[in-house]
Amino acid sequence: METRAFQKIYTKLTNITKATCTVEAENVGYEEIAIVAGRMAQVVKINGKSVTLQVFGGTENIPTNAEVIFTGKPPVLKVSDDLAGRFFNAYGKPIDGGPEVDGEEREIGGPSVNPVRRKQPSELIATGIAGIDLNNTLVTGQKIPFFADPDQPFNQVMAMVALRAKSDKIILGGMGLTMDDYLYFKNVFDNAGALDRIVSFVSTTEDPPVERLLIPDMALTAAEYFAVDKNEKVLVLLTDMTLYADALSIVSNRMDQIPSKDSMPGSLYSDLAKIYEKAVQFPTGGSITIIAVTTLSGGDITHAIPDNTGYITEGQLFLRRDSEIGKVIVDPFRSLSRLKQLVIGKKTREDHPQVMNTAVRLYADAANARTKLENGFDLSEYDERALKFAREYSERLLAIDVNIDTEKMLNVGWELFAKYFTPAEVGIKAELVNKYWPKEN
Amino acid sequence: MKDDRTLTRGKVTGIVSNLVMVEVDGPVAQNEICYIQLGGTQLMSEVIKYANGKAYIQVFESTRGLKVGAEVIFTQAMLEVTLGPGILSKNYDGLQHDLDKMEGVFLKRGDYTEPLDENKLWEFIPLAKDGDIVEAGSWLGQVDENGQPHKIMVPFKFTGQYRVKTVVPQGNYKIIDPIAILINNAGEEIPVSMVQKWPVKVPIKTYREKPRPFKLLETGVRTIDTLNPIVEGGTGFIPGPFGSGKTVLQHAISKQAEADIVVVAACGERANEVVEIFTEFPELEDPRTGRKLMERTTIIANTSNMPVAAREASVYTAMTIAEYYRNMGLRVLLLADSTSRWAQALREMSNRMEELPGPDAFPMDLPAIIAGFYARAGFVYLKNGSTGSITFIGTVSPAGGNLKEPVTESTKKVGRCFYALSQQRADSKRYPAIDPIDSYSKYLEYPELQEYIVTRTDEHWIAKVSELKNILLRGKEAYEQMNILGDDGVPLDYHIRYWKSEIVDFVILQQDAFDKIDASTPIVRQKELVDKVLDICRSEFSFESFEEVNPYFKRLINAFKQMNYSEFHSEKYKKYESEISAIVAERKVANGN
Ligand SMILES: Nc1ncnc2c1ncn2[C@@H]1O[C@H](COP(=O)(O)OP(=O)(O)OP(=O)(O)O)[C@@H](O)[C@H]1O
Ligand SMILES: [Mg+2]
Repeated sequence: METRAFQKIYTKLTNITKATCTVEAENVGYEEIAIVAGRMAQVVKINGKSVTLQVFGGTENIPTNAEVIFTGKPPVLKVSDDLAGRFFNAYGKPIDGGPEVDGEEREIGGPSVNPVRRKQPSELIATGIAGIDLNNTLVTGQKIPFFADPDQPFNQVMAMVALRAKSDKIILGGMGLTMDDYLYFKNVFDNAGALDRIVSFVSTTEDPPVERLLIPDMALTAAEYFAVDKNEKVLVLLTDMTLYADALSIVSNRMDQIPSKDSMPGSLYSDLAKIYEKAVQFPTGGSITIIAVTTLSGGDITHAIPDNTGYITEGQLFLRRDSEIGKVIVDPFRSLSRLKQLVIGKKTREDHPQVMNTAVRLYADAANARTKLENGFDLSEYDERALKFAREYSERLLAIDVNIDTEKMLNVGWELFAKYFTPAEVGIKAELVNKYWPKEN
Repeated sequence: MKDDRTLTRGKVTGIVSNLVMVEVDGPVAQNEICYIQLGGTQLMSEVIKYANGKAYIQVFESTRGLKVGAEVIFTQAMLEVTLGPGILSKNYDGLQHDLDKMEGVFLKRGDYTEPLDENKLWEFIPLAKDGDIVEAGSWLGQVDENGQPHKIMVPFKFTGQYRVKTVVPQGNYKIIDPIAILINNAGEEIPVSMVQKWPVKVPIKTYREKPRPFKLLETGVRTIDTLNPIVEGGTGFIPGPFGSGKTVLQHAISKQAEADIVVVAACGERANEVVEIFTEFPELEDPRTGRKLMERTTIIANTSNMPVAAREASVYTAMTIAEYYRNMGLRVLLLADSTSRWAQALREMSNRMEELPGPDAFPMDLPAIIAGFYARAGFVYLKNGSTGSITFIGTVSPAGGNLKEPVTESTKKVGRCFYALSQQRADSKRYPAIDPIDSYSKYLEYPELQEYIVTRTDEHWIAKVSELKNILLRGKEAYEQMNILGDDGVPLDYHIRYWKSEIVDFVILQQDAFDKIDASTPIVRQKELVDKVLDICRSEFSFESFEEVNPYFKRLINAFKQMNYSEFHSEKYKKYESEISAIVAERKVANGN
């Protein structure tokens, strides 16, 4: 960033912590960006002349006489169509060897959409994955995270979903991505010939953690440009939001804030909501859909990060390894898309809600049977059939490597019902059974 | 704003997020509203603390770009709402700015729009006459607001008695037009218009008395009305982990409940959920009046991405609007989703002020704040003898779904109906996921309610309700035994007992909020259903082995569910009714009553 003539340079730091430093300065705006010893920093507290800055690059090696230059501006991103196809770091600087992007400067982390200017989401996003399309249908303008343990292939699934969803732009916000995962995304998008509709903002594990705090706002500012100015359907991928929240707690701890649950800041809910609520459907056709990843530790969803996330997002997708079939599935019990009722049976075939619910109920019967078995009780003949059904259901519909259209998913559902159960056991409305129950030859 | 010269002014000296420290040159009051001058925009703020010559103010906006030295002007007024005809079917933000009047797609700081429409004409019908003695809250006249008799009252801020000098004749007036002239004790003439202001944090108490509430408030939700009813002027709360159905349940209540006015405070939750109301309510009909639901509804939207301080204000704004309509002799239903977000807003501010924290870092006085708020609901006799009510139902979002946390515990002390949503029920899609055993309605113990409810149901109703609860409890016990000892390790009777409780669960408790017919069950229909279900639960059935029990009751449940999906007393309904009788007859022991 160039230094302007009137800019004053301060060189007296009064306090330095791992993530912040304090300088005596005047005429500073709240949330203004400053450069501390060449590193980007943002004003997080002003008390008289004492200005506390959060240093995104970390404060390692910063001396008490470091040069501090205030830019007079909040953090910004230059937006234009030239963003497409490009890879940036957390500060919006190219990391793909290409030139800087020219365009209109927009504040990141800007204001929210007036709720009365939103439209109710109603457009289905097809992914081919039945664990999603059949049981947890996604809709444009929705915000939903994958809840997964760190060893699950969530980034792979997310890349697959992104490529199959028919969006105009895909914006990747990578926080604490390993270099391997970053390159994976790059390759997959490249191989799919989709690079020109991708914009990436990435902070890898090699970068300082506090940097991650900029990523979601950068990604969403780009998303708003395409969705509002260009009326495009934008899909934003945020991975891994747990690492984002960790960065929040680093900064708040350094600022001596009283932590609430799990040493997270008391404002965690609002902080996360500000990001996720950027998901929106506009009446003009533009939309922002957010698919995020929240990694869990040991599947614990009561931890403050997944817990607050669950209270904000419109459902969650749980990935789990099904040991029966040796594949990763979208867990039908714990996953939920809250917006699915806006489209299922309306944008999809009429039998969708019933087939979905019935299959999950029968799968639950199988889970009960398995518990019985584990407790050493005998299985009834019905239990045996339920178990067989569950296995095939898992293999042919829940596994994440399934790629079929919704109609086919529904047909497979009926086929499995007929193979293992009687219409009475299935208990679907008579009209639908008459219409869709497979006829014997 | 009063005369500018007499107002206290100040300069910003410190900023931490939306907490701003201000050095002032004159007196300031706790909860006084002030405006920070930032370039051409004014940022509305509220004084929340004063110490060492500095006012600590919470800003209802983002403070981005704010600098030390910025000027602050204090208004000598607390946060107030504007009360008058035209509130219904409006969409407000937490500070009562009309969202529809704001320009642009994004909310702009300092874009403070008028809550009411100054140019709209209302047909005023006088109710008071010259010479009448009136006081704050007395009805001077009325206008028709979406079919509701909207009373024009003596402003609540007026103290003492007044004599009506004149009231304008019937005709069309704007809200700011004077509609009456009152004379106070000193003989001064005071003009009154159709609009007045009131500070949101102060309860409106212009009623004669607030007795214990006793009238059933029908919600159409069976597990509430039948098992744990709420009353007109009652309070209730719905705690539950995320995704357990709090919002769906509240929306159902807001659509179906027997109320004249519904005020919905969307407090720190999802914008899409508010959009759902905007989209659906103008289309849906209130079955009691035939008018659109939106016509009786006001929405206060402070969604989670809107400024946090305004979140706290939003619930008070909603409550004050509710109190205004209650004083017109109307039945108001007030819903807040979620009161935990309001408590969290308090926590964020208290943390920033570095106050000594209470449990889970919430402010120490949280229980008192919650109690004070719930106390504003209630059933009242107005001074003219009419009745009005505010029924309040709030949701609570406990961290980690664990009910042992400060917001749930504080609310439990004041909310009389407890509708605990259970994760387990939600996971198994047993909606609404209200746990029938943990939940309660204290009103059920009120003799006043017991006396009233039989007039809407039948004389044995209270006994029937406890019988249902007993069946559920015994069913649960039987189920636990079956899990320990195995299906064939328990007597056959355990299976039957368990499945009888499943009938109560599937047929009465579970209800499909997305089905046109099943979503709402009027109390007469609930009564008929309870009788049918109890009839079965009281009967004896004969089975050869436990394996026959499950399929038999499943068939029965299925027939009942189909009946629940059918129009009351329609052909289809009757068909399933006889199907049920036929299934019962298959196994019922002849004289087993
Ligand atoms: N009565 C019901 N009938 C059918 N489905 C329901 C019902 N109640 C809830 N659900 C399902 O559960 C989902 C979550 O419900 P809801 O949004 O009300 O949860 P919540 O408790 O408000 O969660 P949060 O605390 O995250 O806001 C709904 O989207 C819907 O799929
Ligand atoms: Mg909710």
